[in-house]
Formats: sequence, C-alpha cells, structure tokens
Amino acid sequence: MREMPLISVEGVSKRFRFPRTAPDILTGRSPAAVHALNNVDLEVHRGETLGVVGESGCGKSTLARCLVRLLEPDEGLVRFDGQDISLLRPAERRAFNRRVQMIFQDPYSSLNPRMSVRQVLSEALSVHAMRQKADIPARITELLGLVRLPADAAGRYPHEFSGGQRQRIGIARALAVEPEVLIADELVSALDVSVQAQVINLLLDLQERLKLTVVFVAHDLRLVRHISHRVAVMYLGKVVEISPTEALFAAPRHPYSKALLDAAPELDPARRTCVAAARGELPNPLDLPAGCLFNTRCPFAFERCLAERPHLSNRGPAHLAACHLTDFGKPPPATIAAQ
Amino acid sequence: MTAPSPDRKTAGGGLKVRGLTTTFATPRGPAAVVDGINLDVAPGEIVGLVGESGSGKSITLRSIVRLVREPGKVSGQVEWQGRDLMAMSEADLRKVRGAEIAMIFQEPMTALNPVLPVRLQIEENLSAHSTLDRRARRQRALELMNIVGIPAAERRLDEYPHQFSGGMRQRVMIAIALASSPKLLLADEPTTALDVTIQDQILKLILDLRDRFGMSVVFVTHDLGVVAATCDRMAVMYAGRIVETGTVTRVFAEPHHPYTRGLLGSVPRIGAERSMLLSIEGTPPGLTDLPDGCAFHPRCSFATDRCRAERPPLESFAAGREVACFHHRTVAAMAEAA
Amino acid sequence: MSAGAVPIAPSAKRRRALPGTLVGAVIVLGASLALAFFPSLFAPYDPTAFDYNAIMQGPSWVHPFGTDNFGRNMLSRVIHAYRIDMQIAVFATTGPFVFGSIVGALVGYVGGWVEAVFGRVVDAVITFPFLVLVIAIVSVLGPGLRNMYIAVGVVDWVFYARLVSAEVRIQRRLDYADAARGMGYGHTRIIFRHLLPNAITPAVVYLMTDMALAILLGSSLGYLGLGAQPPAAEWGVLIADGKNFMTTAWWVSVFPGIAIVITGLGFSLAGDALADLLRVNR
Repeated sequence: MREMPLISVEGVSKRFRFPRTAPDILTGRSPAAVHALNNVDLEVHRGETLGVVGESGCGKSTLARCLVRLLEPDEGLVRFDGQDISLLRPAERRAFNRRVQMIFQDPYSSLNPRMSVRQVLSEALSVHAMRQKADIPARITELLGLVRLPADAAGRYPHEFSGGQRQRIGIARALAVEPEVLIADELVSALDVSVQAQVINLLLDLQERLKLTVVFVAHDLRLVRHISHRVAVMYLGKVVEISPTEALFAAPRHPYSKALLDAAPELDPARRTCVAAARGELPNPLDLPAGCLFNTRCPFAFERCLAERPHLSNRGPAHLAACHLTDFGKPPPATIAAQ
Repeated sequence: MTAPSPDRKTAGGGLKVRGLTTTFATPRGPAAVVDGINLDVAPGEIVGLVGESGSGKSITLRSIVRLVREPGKVSGQVEWQGRDLMAMSEADLRKVRGAEIAMIFQEPMTALNPVLPVRLQIEENLSAHSTLDRRARRQRALELMNIVGIPAAERRLDEYPHQFSGGMRQRVMIAIALASSPKLLLADEPTTALDVTIQDQILKLILDLRDRFGMSVVFVTHDLGVVAATCDRMAVMYAGRIVETGTVTRVFAEPHHPYTRGLLGSVPRIGAERSMLLSIEGTPPGLTDLPDGCAFHPRCSFATDRCRAERPPLESFAAGREVACFHHRTVAAMAEAA
Repeated sequence: MSAGAVPIAPSAKRRRALPGTLVGAVIVLGASLALAFFPSLFAPYDPTAFDYNAIMQGPSWVHPFGTDNFGRNMLSRVIHAYRIDMQIAVFATTGPFVFGSIVGALVGYVGGWVEAVFGRVVDAVITFPFLVLVIAIVSVLGPGLRNMYIAVGVVDWVFYARLVSAEVRIQRRLDYADAARGMGYGHTRIIFRHLLPNAITPAVVYLMTDMALAILLGSSLGYLGLGAQPPAAEWGVLIADGKNFMTTAWWVSVFPGIAIVITGLGFSLAGDALADLLRVNR
C-alpha cells in the first residue's frame, strides 16, 4: 500500500426504510428497507481519479452522498485524512465541507433558481471567508474564467443558461472554496454528447492544474474508463471489483464486471454481436438474494455462491474482486502456466 | 398467420420520405423543427437517426406517421409501400399506424395504460388490427410475450405495468407493437432510460426481430454506441436537417461533416485515456433563431465566409453517401490524418 | 478544448409580457390605497356631518351615492371607510403571514415528528369553524379592531404555515438544497436564504386572497357590532346602518357592498398577477 489514503470507506452500509405500513404493525414485522449499501470498503488516494461505476440501484449515488456527509451510514465509517467524519466538531465539519465538494447530476435542480451566479459564488466565498470582501468580485471573474464562462455570466440567473453551462456554474461553486476533493455524481449524464466532452475536458484540465482528487461516479463505462486512474464496479450496494482502470478493462475478474463491459455498445460497428451479455434483471432490492448478490444472473454460479457472500480479495497489483471463482477472467498466459 | 414470414423482406417498397417539413408557430414566427428531410428505409433495414436534443430527430419520427401535436404542421411526402401517408385520410392512416407501422417510445411507463393489465393492452391492438377471435387473441398475446423474452409470460400477462421493471416494460411495449406484425418499427430512444445490461438485451431483441420477421426499423438515438451496435445505415441530424448519411461502417470510418466528426470525437476512445476529447464548442442553436447559412457554422472550426452566407445542400459524393458541407473533403482528410 | 469562453445564447434573456391581471390589480388597488391615504382629497363632504335637509335622499348629482338617515353623504362615508378597511386588510394578515411563513419554513425543514405534530395542530384548527372561533375570541376580549386582529392572528397563521411547510418539504429534497448543505452552510442560511424564497410564492398568493377575506371578515364583524365601532365609517358598519331601510333606501347598504366587491376583485387580480410574476424559471 502507498501512503495513507485521503478518504477511506470502511464497512459502510446504508438502508432506506419505508414507513411502517398497517400490515407491518399488525404482523409485528419490521418495515421494508432498501439496502442501498452493503458493507462497502473503498480507498481514495490523493491526486487520483477513482471511477465508481454501476447500474441504477447499485448504490453509487448513495455512496457519493455518504462521502460528503449528506447521508450518514447506518454501519461503518468514512475517514477523511484519517479522521472519522461522523465525529467532526462543528468547526472541523465546516472545514471538511470546504475540502470535499460535491457536484450534482441534475443541472436543473442543483442551482437555486432565485440566485444569480454572482450571489451563488460570493456566498460560497464569504461564508468560508475565502477572500476579503473587496476581493470577491475579482475572484468571481477568475472563477468564471476557470470554468470558461464569460464574465458577464455573473449577473445572470440559472434559467438563462444551457445544461452544460449550468454544470460549469456548479463546478465554479465547488471550486470557489478551493477544495481538495471533488465528488462528481453523474456529472455529465444529463448533457448532450458534444457538451459532455466539453465538461469532461474541463474536469481533466482543472484536476491537472489544481491537483484535485476526484471521485467520478457514473454509469457510462466509456467515460469512466477515459477519466479514471482506478475503477470500482458496484452491484446492489457492494463493490464487486476495484482495480487500476486498464487492468480491469483488459481482464475483468468478476462476472458482473465482464457482463457490464460486454453490454456497453462498442463504438466500432465491425465488432457487433448478437448475444446479450447478461441475462435477467436486477433482483428486488427489498429482498436481496442470500450468498453472492449476483448469483441470480451469473452464468457461473455454483452452490457456494448461493450460500456464502464473497468478499473482496486480491487478484493482482491493487486489483481486488469479490467472487468465489478466484481464477475467473485470469489472463490466458497465467491460465496456461497453471495447467 | 402468426407472424410475417422472413421472405417478406424482399416484398413491398419500404419507406420513402421526401421533403418532410414540420413547422411550429412560435411567438417569434414559425420555426421549422424538421426541415426538408429525405430518408429511405429498405425492407429489413435498420436506419439510425442520430442527433442531440433539439435536433428534431424525434419530431421527424412522429411526423412520418403524422403524430405531431397541434400547433405543429407537417408537410412533404411520406411514401409507404407505394401509398402517400401525407395524402391519406385520418381514418385510413389509423389503419396503417399501429398495424403496418408501429412505434415504441423512450419512457414505456407513460406509453402504457397504468390501469389495464398488459394482456388487455396487447389484445386491444390485436382486436384493432387483426381478425383473430378472442381465444386466438389470448394465444397470440402469450406468444408475443414469449417472443420478446418475458419470463413466466403466462402469469405476467395479468399483471399491471407498474409491476414490471423498466426493461420489462419496454419489452411489453415491443410486444404490443409487434401484435399487429408491423413491417416498420419506429423506435424513439427506446433504451435511453435503461441500464446498460438491459439496453444490451433490448437492442439484441430488436436485431433478432428484424432478422426473424424482416421488419424495417427507424431508430432514433443520441448514442453513437447504440448506432454502431444495431444500425445498418445512419442519418445525422442537426438543427432540423440531415447533415450526413451513409452506412454506419462508412460514416464511422470516414465522417465527412464536421458535426459528425465532432460527435464521434466527443466519445472517449480506447487507448487515449485521460486525453482531451475532441469536443464541439458551444451549444446547439434554438430553432427560432437559426444562424444564416449553415446552421453549424458558429460551432465549426472549418467555417468560411461562404458557410456563413449560404446553406450547403445535402449532396451525394459517393455511392450511398450524402453530406451537407462545402468543405467535406477537407474534413474527411483531417479525420484520415488524425 | 480550445480556449475562450462559451457564449451565452442571445435569446436566453426573455422579456415577459406584462400580464393583464397585473394592470387590473395595480389600477384597483392603487385607487384603493389613494382613497385610504387621502380620503379628504376625494370625498366631497365631511363623512360625519349631519344634514337634516337631505335625509335618505337617493343617488343624485349632489349626492351620487345618496344620503343616510342622518343626511350624511354616502359617497364620502364609503370613501372614508377605505382607510379602515384597507387597514384591516393589511393589519389582520401581515402578522399571520410573517409568523406562519417562518414557522412553516422551520417545520418543513426539520420534518420528522415536528412535522407530524404540526400536522395535527393544523387539522385541529382547520376543522374548527373560523368565523365562530373569531367571534368567540372577540366576545371574550371585547369588541374593536385591535381584538379582532388578535383573534384572526391566533387562527390565520396556520394556513400560511401549512402552505410554506409543504413547499419547503419539496424544495429541501432538490439538489440545490443538498448543494448548500454540502457547502457547509448553516441551517438558518439554508432555510431563509435558499429554501424560503423558493417556497414563499403560494403563501404570497394566498396573502392576497386573505386580504380580501380579511375585509369581508372585518365587515362581517363590523356588521355584527364586534369590529369597528360607529360612528367610524367602515363598510360593514355602513351596511348594518342601512339594513333597516333596505326596502326604502337601498343605496345606504348597496354602495358599501359594491366597494367590498371591487376591492376584493383587486386583491384577487393581484394574487393572479403575483403568481405569474413570482413563477420561477427553471
């Protein structure tokens, strides 16, 4: 292991309970709960981009919200710079909020419609006392330049901007407080393809210049592959594989990761297939399968998978996967050697 | 008859669209959301209609079957198997819609009736467009559910739309669309709301149905990956017009329009990780204030004075390839060099 | 990505057409306020001056609204009543609006059991007949405008609190509220700077309706002798004055009634116009 991770997620679980219904009360049952996160372990290192990828309901957004303390885990803890973030005192908490910033998915609801760009930015600057009052206007111009919005954008309101421009405002708001970590939750998924590329380029550029650590949560494998140093694949609230990006894309070691990669449409028309990569659909998140969470869809499942839930274990340099088939997806040369 | 036999592939004339134009009256004058579209779809062919939001791709699809809400006005020619859909009476058109031509949409939840079990919704289409009796309709409904790959079809027929997941709902939508054995399927972003593994299943299903029933498909999408994975030919739309057409293989290999080139470059490629993407600056124009000349010129790095003054027509430059750009040779050469 | 800023579409800034309701509201309420502040400028006579030579006269050029049983000029009395009735409209509603909005914002933000308890309070108040409750309170405290304001305030804030809490509950789930929390902003700032401005519109619109209702209530209490006290000119009092002569001198009651209707219309136009103006662009 390298230096101490900047963020470490240790055994985090999060449930969302439904309100008790009348039948629940009558039968004395505990109310139904969605298990959004099931014992997640994860580390984020300083300066890297960690991609978190998975399909809807895999808990990736819940995880993102736990990282910035918008949600409190039911079990486990999140450490930032070695400190448990649920135990922060008010002043420390404010400092934490400044150092770890989240950027939201929906460009239409993540900005207060009644505040101009200037108000949004100067609020961030003054609450966290980033600048003297007199220096705020200059800093706002600087921030707008950083995200490539014209200086006259300051006086405008969110509805006057396109989706991509609003995401730039969201990024400027986050950068105003000079954070060390950006948590980007589906940053570009609401945007048109050509605009996505603009925002991705901006993020890459800013990360380089400002030495940011980025957690990039997305469902788009191509984007995650493009931007991340390491990738974590999530399925039903659990990290099933985590690895340096190229190792994972070259040889996924978990059957779900492989299905996910195969399902993503290839940009090369010549490499078209006719066979669907994964069968079946997500199990009901209210009623998770025993054993491995993927056993209902996994073509390789055997008895052990139905009984015992696999934990992340080593597959190579910094490469972990949670599967009982420890040889799954092992690159061919090694397989030959083993035989 | 349970399903059209594959030899239908060779029969019939397919779809021929000429000068399709849809205008909406706005407070600032009429806006052509679809502006003079020409499109041919051969029997058994899957044609992708690609564009970003506001490019008019969905309205084009709806205009083909005159499903544009007031105050939209559709004009032009849509020839379907030798008949002009634009000249047809509303009553005749209804016989074509949902029968020979079926549609599926992005959000199957809003397209399905929430208070009817899916069996009734499939049978409804059968009774409207076939002469099957009640028993045969039940039988056929079950068959359709099996064709689209819904497990435990017998039991699920009596369930309501909300009891199905997103992917299963889209399958139900497709089952309803297939009920009348359509020869043309108009698909409006049918997988955009779905997860990637489910999208993959639906795309494979559509490919399979085309092969089995010789159905033609017009596939509207913004996702170039989906186009690469399913379509034979593609038409790229920008600001209500088609700017480039060709087989998917050729367009991907050698884009001739700067917009197509930009779109393809916007998608991350393997082997170029963490490099800058080739993005298109700016945002698509509003349809009420299109720039003069080529609508793409404000975002185009190839633009010259001619582009700003004159609108390039869509012209053929090679067999089966058309482009609307004065500088397409330069663009293609650039793409080759890159 | 090449350098240079992304231009903003020139069409982004839209001008909104002036709503017709706004024009109507400004005319009616503007005139009402002018009459309320400067009644003497518009009233041809002293509203309390008796003229025994002109008792119970019908509308004429000299007395357009006629005169009452003391020969007082009804036009002047209706005009002078604007002062009291507009005052009722504003004083009876402002307190409940401000207090109710603050309570509603807090309740909607905190949620949980606080909201559940508040919901029961609302139910209790709403199921109680409003007018009966107000009359009961005024009877205990004694008649007069001040006690009427107290009685209305005890009940009325609940309606504002309910509107605002429901809206805040919606707003606090939007990403911009989470963004504010993620920035480490304090609760007070989030509630009053971010959520309340986005949640207040229904309450403001209701405020306009409520002002019209307050005038009606004030007039009702005046009519019953529990509100403004004679000889003060107040529309309810005026109507009460005329009730014994309805068959012989209809004008004594009818013109104050028309004044109530027109003012009420002004407030309801203002409500529509505000709903339009305060609509947020997304």
